[in-house]
Amino acid sequence: MPETGSTALLEVKDLRKYFPIKSGFLIQRTVAQLKAVDGVSFAIDKGRTFGIVGESGCGKTTIGRTIIRLLNPTGGHILLEGQDIATLKERPLKDYRKKMQIVFQDPTSSLNPRMTVGQTLSEPLLFHEMVHSKKEAEERMSQLLSSVGLKPYHVDRYPHQFSGGQRQRIAIARAICVDPSLIVLDEPTSALDVSVQAQIIKLLKELQGKLNAGYIFISHNLSVVRYISDQVGIMYLGKMVEKGDTNEIFDKPEHPYSKALLAATPIPDPKTRRKRKELLTGQVPSPINRPSGCFFRTRCKYAMPACEKEYPEMVRIAEHHWVACHIYSLGEPDRIVEK
Amino acid sequence: MGKSFRWYRKKVEKIEEAASPLNIVTYRKLVWIKFKTHRLALMGAVILILLVLFSFVGPLFTSVSYEDMDFGSIFSPPFTEGHFLGTDELGHDVLVRLMYGGRVSLFVGFVSALLTTIIGTAIGLFSGYYGSILDRLLMRFVDIMLSIPTLPILLTLTLVFGSGISGIILVLTVFGWMGVARLVRGLTLTIRESEYVVSAKAVGVRNLSVLFKHVLPNVLPVIIVSATLNVSYSILTESSLSYLGLGIQPPMPSWGNMLQKSMNYILGTAMGVTPWWLTFFPGMMIFFAVLNVNFLGDGLRDALDPKFTSHT
Repeated sequence: MPETGSTALLEVKDLRKYFPIKSGFLIQRTVAQLKAVDGVSFAIDKGRTFGIVGESGCGKTTIGRTIIRLLNPTGGHILLEGQDIATLKERPLKDYRKKMQIVFQDPTSSLNPRMTVGQTLSEPLLFHEMVHSKKEAEERMSQLLSSVGLKPYHVDRYPHQFSGGQRQRIAIARAICVDPSLIVLDEPTSALDVSVQAQIIKLLKELQGKLNAGYIFISHNLSVVRYISDQVGIMYLGKMVEKGDTNEIFDKPEHPYSKALLAATPIPDPKTRRKRKELLTGQVPSPINRPSGCFFRTRCKYAMPACEKEYPEMVRIAEHHWVACHIYSLGEPDRIVEK
Repeated sequence: MGKSFRWYRKKVEKIEEAASPLNIVTYRKLVWIKFKTHRLALMGAVILILLVLFSFVGPLFTSVSYEDMDFGSIFSPPFTEGHFLGTDELGHDVLVRLMYGGRVSLFVGFVSALLTTIIGTAIGLFSGYYGSILDRLLMRFVDIMLSIPTLPILLTLTLVFGSGISGIILVLTVFGWMGVARLVRGLTLTIRESEYVVSAKAVGVRNLSVLFKHVLPNVLPVIIVSATLNVSYSILTESSLSYLGLGIQPPMPSWGNMLQKSMNYILGTAMGVTPWWLTFFPGMMIFFAVLNVNFLGDGLRDALDPKFTSHT
C-alpha cells in the first residue's frame, strides 16, 4: 500500500468533514459539530480496490461523497493523480469530475424516473463533450449498454421497466461512460438480492480490468468486501482504526474493534458459533459528543488509562498493515493475547 | 368480463405496443397515446374546447350585445321566443350574457392560474433547491403573505387597480401563489437530496440545468394538479369578488356575477315565477368548467408520468 510516492491514483491525506449543527430562527449559529470524517488517510493505485468497512453512521458514505467532492471537505487533501482537488472551485473541478464517478446503493432512486436510459447516459456524455454527434452518442451508448450486459434497444426505456439488477447496471453504465479513473461504489450491492449481487460484483471486477480504474468500495457486507478489495480500511466514528491488505486484515485483525467487527460475520455452521468470543457490547457513542481519548474505549475490553487521554496514532505493524490503538502505539500487544 | 374490461385490455395493448423495442416511439407520442386513452381527460378537453368556442366564437353569431335590454320581456323563462335561455330582471339575454361571461371567467381563471403556477413554481424551486438564507427569506415572505387577511387588502387593491379583468387577475395572482410555492418547495427539498440529482452533480452538471432537467420534471405532476385546482379556485373567487362588488362590474357579465346577482331573486318570485334559470345556467357553466379542468389535469398528469401505463 503506497503511503507516499507519486504512483498512487488517489491519495487521501488527513481528510476531515464536519457537519455544523445549526440552530436559530433567521440568523443561525453553529452550536456543535458532527465530525463525520475526522482525519482519514489512505491511498489507492490504478486498477485496485480499496474497501471501506464500518458500522452504520461511521462516516463511510461521507468519505466517498467528500472524495468525489459532492461535499466540501472541512480539511485535508485529496490528491487525484497528484493534483489536490480538496479546495478546487466548481469550474476548475469540471475536468476532475470526469475522472471520478459514483454508484449508489439504491438504483431505484439513483435513476431519474422521468428520463429514459438514453437520456440518463447522454447527460454526462454531452456535458463533458465526449460525443459530438447524435450518431456518435448512440454508438457510444449501445456499446456502454452491452458492456454492462444490457441490450442496445434498452436505450428508449424508462428505469421502472427494469429489474433492480438491471437498474444497477444502468447506474454503472452512467458511472463508466466518462471513462473515470476512480469510481466510488457506495454499497452498490446492498439493495440487491444475493444472486444479483454476485453478478454485479462480477461485472464490476470485469469492468475494472477493462478500465483500469481504482475503486473505493464502501460496504458493510464483509464477505463482499473481502472478495473485491485489495486493501481495506476499517472505520469507527469517523476515524480509520485499521487499514492494510485485505487478506491480512481479515485473517489477522489487530484492532479490538476490527476483531469484534469481523467476528460478527455470520458463520454458516452452527457448531462454530459458540467459539465466537469477541462480540461488541454497548452502543456506538454519538458522533457529536465523542468520548475523550480513543473513541472505542467505552466498548473496548482492553481499555487502559492511556486510552482516556489521547487518540492513538496510526502505527505500522507490518509492511502493509496499520493500526490506531494504544496497545500497539505503547508497545503492549501482549495485552490482547493475555485476555 | 364485461365491455369495460375489453376496453382496458385494448388500451394496455396499445401502450405496450407503443413501448416495445421494435416500435420506438417518442415520449411525446407516448404521452399523446396515453392521453387519448384516458376517457375522462379526453372528455374534459373536448368540453373545455367547446366552452372556449362557446364563449369566444359564440358571440360572433349573434347581433345582440350583453348590454342590450329587452324591456318588453324581463324575467322571461327559457325557450321564450328570441331568448333561448330566458332573460334577467333587466331583460338581458341570458345566453348572450353566458357567452360574454365565459370570456371573462375563463380568461380570468386560466390566466391567473397560469401566473400563480409560474410564480409559485419558480419561487418554490429556487427556495427548495438553493436552501439556506434564500429559502428562509422566501419562506418567511410566504408566511407573511399568508398571514395577511386577504379581504381588506382585496378591497384596497381593487380600489387602487380598478375592478377590471386585469385588476382581478393581478389580485388573484398576488394572493394565490403561496400555496404552490410551498408545495413545490417541499417536493424540491426531497428531490434535491435524491440520488439521481446527486449523480448529476457528480458529473458536474450545473445547478440550473439540474433544476430544470431533474427537479422540475419530477415536480410536474404536482404542479399540474395544483394548477387545475387553481383554475377552479380563480373562477370561484372571481364570483365571490363580484358578490362584494369588487369583481367584474355590471353591465359586463361574468359567470360569477351573473350567479351572484341571481341570488336576489332565487328565493322569491318575479312575474309570478321563481327565475331559476338565472341561477342554474351560470352555475352549470362554472360547474362544467371546473370539473373538466380537473379531469384534464388528471389525464395530463397520468399521461406525462412514464410509470403510468394503465388506468383501471
